[in-house]
Amino acid sequence: MEGCSQNGSSCNKANVVVELQKIQEKHGYLPRAELVKVSRRLKIPAVHIYGVATFYSQFKLEQPAKYIISVCEGTACHVRGSVELLNEIKKQADIVPSETSEDGLFTLEIVRCLGLCASAPVMTVNGKIYSKVKKEEVKDILAEYKKSKKVKA
Amino acid sequence: MKANKITVCGGGSCRSQKSDSIFKNLKKEVKAAKLDVTVEHTGCHGMCEVGPLVVVGQNKKEILYTKVTAEDAKDIVNSAKKGTILKRLIFEHEEDGHQAYVEDIDFYKYQTRYVMRRTGQIDPYKIKHYLGTGGFEGLKLALVMKPEEVIAMVKESNLRGRGGAGFNTGMKWSFIAREEGERILIANADEGDPGSFMDRTLMEGDPFAVIEGMTIAAWAVGSEKAHIYVRAEYPDSIKTLTNAINEAKKEGFLGKNICGIKGFNFDIEIFEGAGAFICGEETALISSLEGKRGMPRPKPPFPAQNGVYGKPTNINNVKTYAYVSHILREGPESFKQYGTEKSPGTAVLCLTGKIKHTGVVEVPMGISLHDIVYKIGGGIRNNKKLKAVLTGGPSGGCIPADKIKEVTVDYESITAAGSIMGSGGMLILDEDDNMVEIANFFVEFTKSESCGKCTPCREGTYRMYELLQKISKHKAKQEDLDNLKVLAKYIQENSLCGLGQSAPNPVLTTIKHFGNEYDDKIKNKKPTYFITESCTGCGLCAKKCPVQCISGKIKQQHTIDQSKCIHCGICYKVCPTKAIIIEK
Repeated sequence: MEGCSQNGSSCNKANVVVELQKIQEKHGYLPRAELVKVSRRLKIPAVHIYGVATFYSQFKLEQPAKYIISVCEGTACHVRGSVELLNEIKKQADIVPSETSEDGLFTLEIVRCLGLCASAPVMTVNGKIYSKVKKEEVKDILAEYKKSKKVKA
Repeated sequence: MKANKITVCGGGSCRSQKSDSIFKNLKKEVKAAKLDVTVEHTGCHGMCEVGPLVVVGQNKKEILYTKVTAEDAKDIVNSAKKGTILKRLIFEHEEDGHQAYVEDIDFYKYQTRYVMRRTGQIDPYKIKHYLGTGGFEGLKLALVMKPEEVIAMVKESNLRGRGGAGFNTGMKWSFIAREEGERILIANADEGDPGSFMDRTLMEGDPFAVIEGMTIAAWAVGSEKAHIYVRAEYPDSIKTLTNAINEAKKEGFLGKNICGIKGFNFDIEIFEGAGAFICGEETALISSLEGKRGMPRPKPPFPAQNGVYGKPTNINNVKTYAYVSHILREGPESFKQYGTEKSPGTAVLCLTGKIKHTGVVEVPMGISLHDIVYKIGGGIRNNKKLKAVLTGGPSGGCIPADKIKEVTVDYESITAAGSIMGSGGMLILDEDDNMVEIANFFVEFTKSESCGKCTPCREGTYRMYELLQKISKHKAKQEDLDNLKVLAKYIQENSLCGLGQSAPNPVLTTIKHFGNEYDDKIKNKKPTYFITESCTGCGLCAKKCPVQCISGKIKQQHTIDQSKCIHCGICYKVCPTKAIIIEK
């Protein structure tokens, strides 16, 4: 981190968090080669870049699947049954949190509060919000995405 | 008289239930019916539980329609045309029956909308709406005052920081105004407390008020540059704020020579957080803004002396800035007429959990928790009994049901009750919730969000979590609970920043008020099940286990994963060869 604070103003132009956000926007995750490139360009040791990348939950070091399922585990969702929801998704998509399903279709992640507490429990698939999700609805929601894969393939 | 205005709620919750298509259909129907009615997509109306919401202004009153679908648009417009009420969509109160008008509904009746007055009323994307409702008048009034007069006015209003700590805002401004050199302003919108979405509601409902408040602050403390730190989980807030900044620039309320005053230049940039709870802490936020890991550092030096890139920095919550815009326009008295002497004004709260009417509310400080839960919130869902109210999220504590009449919403009363005011999230728990599990949940959260810099927090929260797990699984002894208390105190006293210092709050308050639930888990040991050699490997137990904690190959001895076992005893009951034994 020191490389940054030593030369105050130049940091303004090269903000590691912003650089990483740009890479992730483009690739969907942070490929190793890109991190090395950033390190060379900004003259900041790669280990520091890696330190920033692993500090924030937004950054992914592995390529996620086509569909990212996010299940909110905030307090409001928790007391309104997000654990059951999560278990159902695990079962239906045959997946464990922060990993990708075998068919490469879904990545499951747990998020902390999407600020939609009044609609708890909440899950999103690629940003599309599903509110007040009941356990029984999971199958249909996932089927939508499983179907779309077949059409395209 | 007929209808003149229809507003569709565009809050996150309603939008997730397709309020966009309701809006489109309403516009279409109004056009088809050739009605002289404006249709607006506004910010959050607050009563998220029964959304999507549509409000029709008719006969100088507002009719609230709940759980609206896109197909209802035609009927709504028809009723509006005739000046009648569409009965099937109006709000139904359990005891009082149907209530058509907003002013009659308890949820709205007991609220005082000060900072949230425009949220749900205006289109947050249109600066004209903001200007039409007194927008930027506070700034114009500030600009004819001397900067120190503005600070004095904010000081006089006794506005306390709405981020949770409650420090006097005017005082904070006077610290940075004293410093030399370039001064930076930051609006903290890293609303990380799970269960709170007040900041989000404000940013997406009245973004210009935040910008106006920041511009006033810039004039008062002499700053030319500001950042709004918004968490990455709020893409909609980023969108509304970005639009608001651009609009304000076009109208000359941001940029160079603001409002024609030569040399008054001020710009706001949005910084997107990357998902770390700790970044709500001000020194961590600064570090994150500089592109580093968001780790806090000891204070002093305070940000007012040494902030972003070493420059004097002032950090306020977004709500605090929005309050300033109203205080400047209407004077400190308008603000002080609400609330208590030490905690003047209003508080924006989020009601979540087992309450009937979840949503965002604004109440005068000093209102009792009882009124919030039963009058505004409508009581507990499914006719259950209230158990406790949790304030302040993972840093707060619980207030048991028998205390809610005496505890009021203000910094002093809530602190005296052992909790914290926090940013305003209020989680309502009912008789079904186990307090040990709730403490467990919060410590699991703080454990994983601890940045790892200081040992009391990094190791302490982890050990607290382990002890709570042990208690929760009925495997703890009395000394584990004693150790937990000692450890919690130690973490409180020795952690570097607020995250660690407050992490034990949910544990200590639940032990204090619901100690019996801890004792119950400790005294009532659950039996442990073991599979002996007489197992034939039939696999029946593995099939029946509700948590899938039994594994093994067919025709071979199976084993139980004790860490996952919930001690239900089903395996013991179904085993045909009695190969499973119990150990108490």
